[in-house]
Amino acid sequence: MSGVRVLVGTKKGAFILTSDGQRKDWKVNGPLFEGWEMYHLKGSPVDPNRIFASQSTGWFGQIIQRSDDGGTTWAPVGNQFQYDGVPGTHQWYDGTPHPWEFARVWHLEPSLTDPDTVLAGVEDAALFRSSDGGDTWGELSGLRNSEKGSSWQPGAGGMCLHTILQSPTDPDRIHIAISSAGVFRTDDGGKTWGPKNKGLHSEGIPDGDAEVGHCVHRIALHPLRPDTLFMQKHWDVMRSDDAGDSWTEISGNLPTDFGFVIDVHAHEPETVYVVPITSDSVHFPPDGKLRVYRSTTGGNEWEPLTKGLPQENCYVDVLRDAMAVDSLDSCGVYFGTTGGQVYASSNAGDSWEPIVRDLPAVLSVEVQTLA
Amino acid sequence: MIRVVLPAHLKTLVNDRREIKLEVTGEITQRSVIDALEARFPVLLGTVRDPVTQKRRSFVRFFACEEDLSHESPDAPLPDAVVSGSEVFYIVGAMAGG
Repeated sequence: MSGVRVLVGTKKGAFILTSDGQRKDWKVNGPLFEGWEMYHLKGSPVDPNRIFASQSTGWFGQIIQRSDDGGTTWAPVGNQFQYDGVPGTHQWYDGTPHPWEFARVWHLEPSLTDPDTVLAGVEDAALFRSSDGGDTWGELSGLRNSEKGSSWQPGAGGMCLHTILQSPTDPDRIHIAISSAGVFRTDDGGKTWGPKNKGLHSEGIPDGDAEVGHCVHRIALHPLRPDTLFMQKHWDVMRSDDAGDSWTEISGNLPTDFGFVIDVHAHEPETVYVVPITSDSVHFPPDGKLRVYRSTTGGNEWEPLTKGLPQENCYVDVLRDAMAVDSLDSCGVYFGTTGGQVYASSNAGDSWEPIVRDLPAVLSVEVQTLA
Repeated sequence: MIRVVLPAHLKTLVNDRREIKLEVTGEITQRSVIDALEARFPVLLGTVRDPVTQKRRSFVRFFACEEDLSHESPDAPLPDAVVSGSEVFYIVGAMAGG
């Protein structure tokens, strides 16, 4: 019997939501790690019972938890994230050099092929890898060193490495995204990296077409077309068909092209989802209407999906890691809000229902499709 | 036996035990107590002090005998009442919020 397991990270703990393949009746388990900020939880594609979780607070720092039984029990693993060598400085908000300081793990990305290998994107921006199930971590320091990390500058949310996309066809290719530096790609397993921001234009930076310095909020790809990337930038929704070498805008008829999440349908590589947010100063949906927008044409032409979503007096946000899709025959789409709702659609977005309504603010949503 | 009381967040990492009794050898200082605490519960490494610099985390405080010892040297002897176990050594998360 197929089913799904939704892993929800919130400001005050984690929750695991489970259902069978019908996705109508849900069991809510949690809070786990109550009181802690759970930035991200994600399961191994190789061994779905293995789940990694990032647990942190500003008071007591970073813990990494691992479950080997699908989230029933957990044990802490390694939490030592030491930058490689002398980490030096990056730009601070006022343009002065600021020492590189580890703050937290924003995103955990388990390997597509090895259950013991997992990547971690952290603030201050860097990429770490563990090859022993999270017990020890080492920095892939080529990212900061070959890409002049000393010139990067944080955005308002901190200088975080928040997105990690592993190529399903080339084990040496990884895309990452940093707020607010942009997209970078390695083709040699993380030794060297190059900026992949050509075609992006950003107001609010001195050179709007700069090679580095864009506030990318999220990127996504479909496994069948790993060279096609979709991006929700601070402003603008973008796509690339050459693995990030160049980007074109696909915002089209969206009511606003500001937002955080973007994701791709599990079976239709040209079907893309975003949640437009009013603006960078107004972090809630336009007109108080929570609408997912879907394009079935790879962008530019978007339709609002509203059935089952609040269409008045709704002033929540949907953060960058808070949308995911399952891979059941009828693709499920899930997203969480800062108001504590987790919405699910079992029909690719045509209609929505809340799984839960009153969690702490949702930071991340991931889905495991279980055989 | 040194008695250490943990804040709520850290308690959740050690099976919900708020007060920990520790055997500490040598001079009883902040450093030796936290060394012993981390040795007994490795999950606490990095949660009270930086694992490399050994500096107290910014929002962590140390209280004992109704005194704030946070700014004392980590190698200064702790009060006799803590050494004898009649008073506890509090690790506290600084208050914040509204």
